[in-house]
Amino acid sequence: MAVQVSWTKEVPVPQTGPRLGVRLAPFAMLVVLASAHPVLAQGTAAPDTVLADSAAATGDLVPAPPRPPSGLTVKDVTNDAGRALDLTWKRSPDDEPGQTLVTQYRLERAPTPGGPWSVVDSASAGSEGRADQSVERNTEYFYRVTAVGPGGVTPALSVTGPVRATSQWINQTRWSVLILTVLFFGFVLFFISQAQSGKVPFVRRIPGIDAIEEAIGRATEMGRPVLYVPGILDIDEIQTVAGLVILESVARLTAKYETPIVVPVTYPIPFTIAEEMVKSGYLHAGRPEGYDPNSVRFVSPEQFAYTAAVGGIMLRDRPAAHIFMGAFYAESLLLAETGFETGAIQVAGTANVHQLPFFVVACDYTLIGEELYAASAYLSKEPKLVGALKGADFMKITILFLVLIGCILETAHIHVLTNLLQTQ
Amino acid sequence: MKREFPLMITAAVGLFMILSFFVPHQLVSVPADFLQQSAIVVVAFGYVLGGANALKLNAETVYKRNPGWIYKLILVVALVSTVEIGVAEGPGFLDDGKRSRWIYDQLYSPMAATMFSMLAFYIASAAFRAFRIRTVEAGLLAIAALIVMLGRVPIGDLATSWLPTSLQLPTLQEWIMEVPQNAAKRAILIGAALGVMATGLRVILGIERSYLSGED
Repeated sequence: MAVQVSWTKEVPVPQTGPRLGVRLAPFAMLVVLASAHPVLAQGTAAPDTVLADSAAATGDLVPAPPRPPSGLTVKDVTNDAGRALDLTWKRSPDDEPGQTLVTQYRLERAPTPGGPWSVVDSASAGSEGRADQSVERNTEYFYRVTAVGPGGVTPALSVTGPVRATSQWINQTRWSVLILTVLFFGFVLFFISQAQSGKVPFVRRIPGIDAIEEAIGRATEMGRPVLYVPGILDIDEIQTVAGLVILESVARLTAKYETPIVVPVTYPIPFTIAEEMVKSGYLHAGRPEGYDPNSVRFVSPEQFAYTAAVGGIMLRDRPAAHIFMGAFYAESLLLAETGFETGAIQVAGTANVHQLPFFVVACDYTLIGEELYAASAYLSKEPKLVGALKGADFMKITILFLVLIGCILETAHIHVLTNLLQTQ
Repeated sequence: MKREFPLMITAAVGLFMILSFFVPHQLVSVPADFLQQSAIVVVAFGYVLGGANALKLNAETVYKRNPGWIYKLILVVALVSTVEIGVAEGPGFLDDGKRSRWIYDQLYSPMAATMFSMLAFYIASAAFRAFRIRTVEAGLLAIAALIVMLGRVPIGDLATSWLPTSLQLPTLQEWIMEVPQNAAKRAILIGAALGVMATGLRVILGIERSYLSGED
């Protein structure tokens, strides 16, 4: 008589001792062999053995479900708006490196300890934590975690809860940023008031900005237009804002010299602002009638479509001066090298560190990092703007001191300052 | 009020967004998220203006038969047909099997890849100019570049394997990248970050107002 074997996924797994599947595997093998042997099969049975019907049919062994994970703890994520709960647990004893008895952990949530349970997330084998980011603020939840493997799913050991996600008023990890921000704003406002009272601070010469007028003058002499590229990012990038602010000063100069300006723009919002800037430049230069509505052109937000269009303008219209001010990426060298080939005088400015070497190589003048943001103050010479520059310089000195003190403290294995400045 | 009202809105929203960085409470974070998402609506209107500008400029060139008008014609046809196909296909127009997807995969992507691939040649020509040793600084740059380039390929390792570890090219290139390169990069980044904050503050406080255009 053949041994009748059966298997069901809902069979509870012993919670202690060696894993059932491992313990019974040799025994189960014997059972299978015995079932094929008419003599041995007589009276031989393995009541705890669990094999799938289909597996029995093919003679394959199916492992038992993995033992469940334990020690589930659920905590509110701090310093947030009550949007997440942190779950941590201890891995199933069957979840060891190199083993495949556990494939994932299933996280289940319910409004009451009795259910109904719904799966909210899963974590791969080896994981010991996960954040549930689908919670509603100030709502109580209960959690349980189960292990899933080729042998099926084990029921959870326990239920944890109730827990609720709450929001906090202050992000405790950002005190240092708040202090430094207030200090920085204080410096800027102080020096602005100083500048307004007549003490205009000295600003060192920035050759790259001085070169802009030279470049426009050259374009005027050659009777060719000026090309101005305000970066390739949208208005939410502050470099684009800086580039557009400089555009106003450049437009004033082109209006003064009666030289056409061409401004191809990537995104629609910078496009409308660029139109306003050029118009404003012509207005402030006293030549509103000289403004050409076609000077500012919307091209495309697609990086290389834009690059191709600007390259085309360079090669077809042959501007005598190229000014690149803003955020640039891979297209920086494509634009600057194409411009170099046309023989135009080129001035570039960006705070994207990785693109600076390309501009330095291919352009005549380059504004590096902060010089881009200083350009509008430098060009306008407005006391309030220059005062803001001085404030930024003082903040730089403060940071320099902090870096030096931090280096000394860290060398002495004192981590107070580092810990204080760490943010989340 | 033509200028004051926008300045007031800028100041209020700007300060509120700064506040949201430090205050995670829902009374602040929910409106802050809403404000950020609202920008998408504004951008959508902006695209109408931008598209109209592109169409007007290029159609004008075609109409007047200005030099290069044939390219502008191709642009206008491509622009109009792409928009029409996208509108006709409606939501999910970029799903697999849709014509808009085909345009993107079969036309736009190869053309963008072509543009990007040209970068290799531009880098070669720019590097050739950069490494011409005319000054002491250019000489230092060339030496550093040579060490970094050789230190990152197997031949650099092979050629200096007989030297003490601290003098081998891979070690030297690592030092150049980790110490002087990183120090200079961080100095630029700190300066730029402060520039960002200063510019932001100037805009928020209405000190930098040229972007509003018009009369003072």
